[in-house]
Amino acid sequence: MNVLSMEHGLIIAGILFSLGLVGVVVRRNVIFVLLSLEIMLNATGLAFVVAGSRWGQPDGQIIFIFILTMAAAEVSVGLALVLQFYRRFKMLDTDAARKMRG
Amino acid sequence: MLDLLWLIPLSPFFGFILLTLLGQRLTNKTAAFIGSSSVGFSMSVAFIVGFNFIVSPPPGNSYTQVLWTWIHVGGFVPDIAFYLDALSIMMILVITAVSFLIHIYSVEFMRDDDGYIRFFAYMNLFVGSMLTLVLADNLLLLYLGWEGVGLCSYLLIGFWYRDPANGRAAMKAFVVTRIGDASLTVGLFLLFTVFDTLRIQEISRLALQQWPVGSALAVASAALLLGGAVGKSAQLPLQTWLPDAMAGPTPVSALIHAATMVTAGVYLIARTNVLFTLAPQVQLAVAVIGAATLLLAGFSAVTQRDIKRVLAYSTISQIGYMFLALGVGAWSAAIFHFMTHAFFKSLLFLGAGVVILGLNQEHDMLKMGGLRKQLPITFWTFLIGSASLSALPLVTAGFYSKDMILWQVWASDKGSIWLWAAGFAGAFLTSIYTFRMLFLTFSGDTTSQVSRKPGPLMTIPLVILAALSLVGGFIEIPDTLGGKPIFTTFLHSVLTPATLLQVKPGTEGNLQFITSVISLIGIIFAYRYFLHSPQHTGRREKIMQNPIAFAVHCFLFRGWNFDLLYDTFAVRPFLWIAQTNKNDFIDLIYRGIALLSRALNSVLSFTQSGKVRWYAMGIAIGAIVFIGIVEIL
Repeated sequence: MNVLSMEHGLIIAGILFSLGLVGVVVRRNVIFVLLSLEIMLNATGLAFVVAGSRWGQPDGQIIFIFILTMAAAEVSVGLALVLQFYRRFKMLDTDAARKMRG
Repeated sequence: MLDLLWLIPLSPFFGFILLTLLGQRLTNKTAAFIGSSSVGFSMSVAFIVGFNFIVSPPPGNSYTQVLWTWIHVGGFVPDIAFYLDALSIMMILVITAVSFLIHIYSVEFMRDDDGYIRFFAYMNLFVGSMLTLVLADNLLLLYLGWEGVGLCSYLLIGFWYRDPANGRAAMKAFVVTRIGDASLTVGLFLLFTVFDTLRIQEISRLALQQWPVGSALAVASAALLLGGAVGKSAQLPLQTWLPDAMAGPTPVSALIHAATMVTAGVYLIARTNVLFTLAPQVQLAVAVIGAATLLLAGFSAVTQRDIKRVLAYSTISQIGYMFLALGVGAWSAAIFHFMTHAFFKSLLFLGAGVVILGLNQEHDMLKMGGLRKQLPITFWTFLIGSASLSALPLVTAGFYSKDMILWQVWASDKGSIWLWAAGFAGAFLTSIYTFRMLFLTFSGDTTSQVSRKPGPLMTIPLVILAALSLVGGFIEIPDTLGGKPIFTTFLHSVLTPATLLQVKPGTEGNLQFITSVISLIGIIFAYRYFLHSPQHTGRREKIMQNPIAFAVHCFLFRGWNFDLLYDTFAVRPFLWIAQTNKNDFIDLIYRGIALLSRALNSVLSFTQSGKVRWYAMGIAIGAIVFIGIVEIL
């Protein structure tokens, strides 16, 4: 069985992370920004797991469990914010919330 | 009884505070009562203290009263302390007595003025400061009084502040004396650096021990003190402020600009005479300044038309005599002349005040005349004052003091015939300008009607001062007339008498004789040219038609064009520099800083776009940059 090498795993994680970052920066819809954030989180988790398996340690997977928990909490808060956002601005465009402009 | 000393300066200060705090709530009568009684009380205490001092002199012929420590910084511990010796007794007696008489006079003189209460408040502050000045035990306290009288002089010259010209005169007086004050301050710094103390007695003692005669430090410190004295006493080259200071009310001119404040410089030099003895060059400079000033001011006084300006120039000239005396080491002669001058000059000013008030603020003597019949008491007292100023022999106080100065200038080891000649010529000028003023004002037919006659409050001070101007000289009778030097003996413990050279017997009498003759000739000269009648006026006009005489007249009239000189070489260049450098080039630095921060502000505020995506981008780029930096390093 061909074991996935660490380099490949990390490259996939990097690509996922970059896609997520680009999504956060490019998309204007709050829902999609949240989705992209989730992708970035999962990319980080993948990097942890790959690194853990490389050293034969369970730490990477333990950290991933933490990230999952954190992501669940983040999504619940994020969705609540999205609801409030929609109530106030009647749309989901992040650029609508520009009151803090300098 | 000597411990009552502190009451003397305190009482006028208390009066000042009372008048200031109660202010407009007082009626004019109460204000006048507070104002003059505070000075009167101070005078009574001064006389009690003086009497006790003379009857039972304290050990060492001096008495120090330390009230409290003023400042305690490192080794610098000046006290609020008053020092009483023969010299300061002399000063406080004359100052309080003359001030009291002038306050009484002002009660009536200022009656119709809006600033009645303000006037008395300032006058009380002045008297308090002046007494602090002469009683101060250390130079710092003296300096406090010195600045206090300067401030009051400023306030009172500009008393009628609604006329901007008065304000300008006040500022001129303040700024010009400030030049001298700056020099005095530096002198104090120097003395403190060397001796670690500012107590006058200690400085005198240490200077005698540590400094050889003519040492550089002694010369420097004496010269710096002289600078201060020249400014305050309106001597060459800082004399220009005094004629303009006549913008103030007449009692102010009498008190501040004739009797007391302007002689503060004389007092300062007499008080620190040890330093001047150690610096013979500076002492010579004092004499030369005095001689030059008395001639210069005498010539100017002959040409003035404003009666108060005549008196102002005359004051400058008489203080020149005092400086001349100080310069030859005749300390007590200078103080003696200070005393008699305080009497007759304040008398003349008060008399001029009656005239000016009577003629509705007319100052021009050429428009006066014939006041002899209308103001008889004023005329007679004015005549006595004039006689005393011109040093008419035997009967007047001015004769004894001026004679003493001239004799010691002649005979002292530091004197010379040239200095004497200047004083001699000055005596001639003095009697010309004095009697010119008297004749122009009082002689001839009535040309102007007096609208207000002086009441008793104004005439009584005149009469008392006139009496003092006559008998004030009898406390010092020269050897030729019996020899009763009470005054000199009294001051002996403080002021060492001048070293007189051996001269031929009979010289003193001869000098007295020719000085008396020259002043009589001056009076005759004034009589020939300045009597108020068509014939004499014609004679004057004939001389004025000569262009040279006219030019000289104008030159002298403007006080030897000193104002023009200073205006051209000091005031205008300064204003020009200020004008050119209005956009101060050093300011460019500060303006640059302001511009830079404004630019940075606009850049940074651009980044605060409010778009979440931009922030995320910023975080990402920042993270990449930092990771990059960590990798590279």
